[in-house]
Amino acid sequence: MSSNPQLNANGELQHLLSTEGLPREILLQILDTAESFAGVTEREVKKVPLMRGKSVFNLFFEPSTRTRTTFEIAAKRLSADVINLNVAASSQSKGESLLDTVANLSAMQADVFVVRHASSGAPYLIARHVKPHEHVINAGDGRHAHPTQGLLDLYTIRHYKKDFSRLTVAIVGDVLHSRVARSLIHGLTTLGVPEVRVIGPQTLLPAGAEALGVRVFHDMRAGIKGCDVVVMLRLQNERMNGALLPSAQEFFKHYGLTTDKLALASPDAIVMHPGPMNRGVEIDSPVADGPHSVILPQVTYGIAVRMAVMSIVAGN
Amino acid sequence: MTKLPDAEALLPGLAAELKARVTPGTAMIGLHTGGAWVAERLHPMLGLKEPLGLMDIAFYRDDYAKEGLKHDPKRTRIPFEVEGRDLLLVDDVLYTGRTVRAAMNELFDYGRPKSISLVVLADRGGRQLPIAAQYCGAQVDVPAGMRLRLKRAADGKLSLELEHVE
Repeated sequence: MSSNPQLNANGELQHLLSTEGLPREILLQILDTAESFAGVTEREVKKVPLMRGKSVFNLFFEPSTRTRTTFEIAAKRLSADVINLNVAASSQSKGESLLDTVANLSAMQADVFVVRHASSGAPYLIARHVKPHEHVINAGDGRHAHPTQGLLDLYTIRHYKKDFSRLTVAIVGDVLHSRVARSLIHGLTTLGVPEVRVIGPQTLLPAGAEALGVRVFHDMRAGIKGCDVVVMLRLQNERMNGALLPSAQEFFKHYGLTTDKLALASPDAIVMHPGPMNRGVEIDSPVADGPHSVILPQVTYGIAVRMAVMSIVAGN
Repeated sequence: MTKLPDAEALLPGLAAELKARVTPGTAMIGLHTGGAWVAERLHPMLGLKEPLGLMDIAFYRDDYAKEGLKHDPKRTRIPFEVEGRDLLLVDDVLYTGRTVRAAMNELFDYGRPKSISLVVLADRGGRQLPIAAQYCGAQVDVPAGMRLRLKRAADGKLSLELEHVE
């Protein structure tokens, strides 16, 4: 048995639960495979027969439109059968346990479970209990991880910047509550990005962020200086009501990405955002729609990346 | 030990045979990786108008359920319209015919070609599907437990080699 719950006895990817602890070779295998799938998604017939006869269950215990849809498109382009389950609205409300729900779906002959859950670790629990031919892909668990988002961010960065070894990448905003930030940071450091910065108010950065191998900035203008990649995080509305932030306007003034703040970054910097965006809170419209923005290509690449992850795990 | 033909010596004959039969509108596609090497050599000898296409059939293989996904699939690039075209499909070694079947399946996702002809450097027999090459450099007998593979040296020279199947 491998000590990493994501890998099988041969060291191959059995489940995708987190980018943390994934070897560099597997990250690169996913990005390279996604690059080949990107070719498929540009064709008129955007479908390959690879996963004919396999069933992918989208198990969303927490609402999501974009992530669920891109997983669904990815599975369909692999010719898998896709079953979407909005579990929040079904068995769970009737009191069925998480593992009972999964056992029932497993009895319906699933091959891949795509799981989103509000509790950190839920996909790990499922992965420990599924049969050997079943695979789990984490589509976001609590504040913990969102590995396919992290991977599509890595894919986007590689697409525009080619080489990870000379980059400065800034991640701006609510890093504390962000599973996207965590997944991206682990991927960037594994792939050898020399400088990863996190920028935000003290209340929204994790204590001891330096332990993740990042540089911490509270002043956005200082932090964004010379960056090649700027990743803006979504500021969740519920944070603004609590004690963490005075107001959305105040946040925008200090940490919102505007044209004049972006001018401090490298002249060919790219701007990313995992969506959905709050225009006028973390990002200004002229930047979101401007020449540096690669926010919509991120969505497109997300499909190829999810095709790669599904076809790799389901084949192992 | 089986005497293997010299891959380099087979290329001019294959090119001459093709040249006598193909029209300038014909397009060529090489299959990764060995077939692509052969196609890269044949293509300039034929004076075809269209640039060479390269295809990796990893997403069309019939053994995915058993073997999983190949580790490093290359991106398929077909820089011309497939619809209505005469095509030369180029591979290095023809064996079971499963690669060719997968390649034809992938090609039809790009369009409906007018015709497809199969070009191989070597045919080692052992077909499991009703597939035959229209252009073939050499027939090669391969001993049991061995595989016939095309190698490319640093200087670009091609050679056929036998290796043990693990």
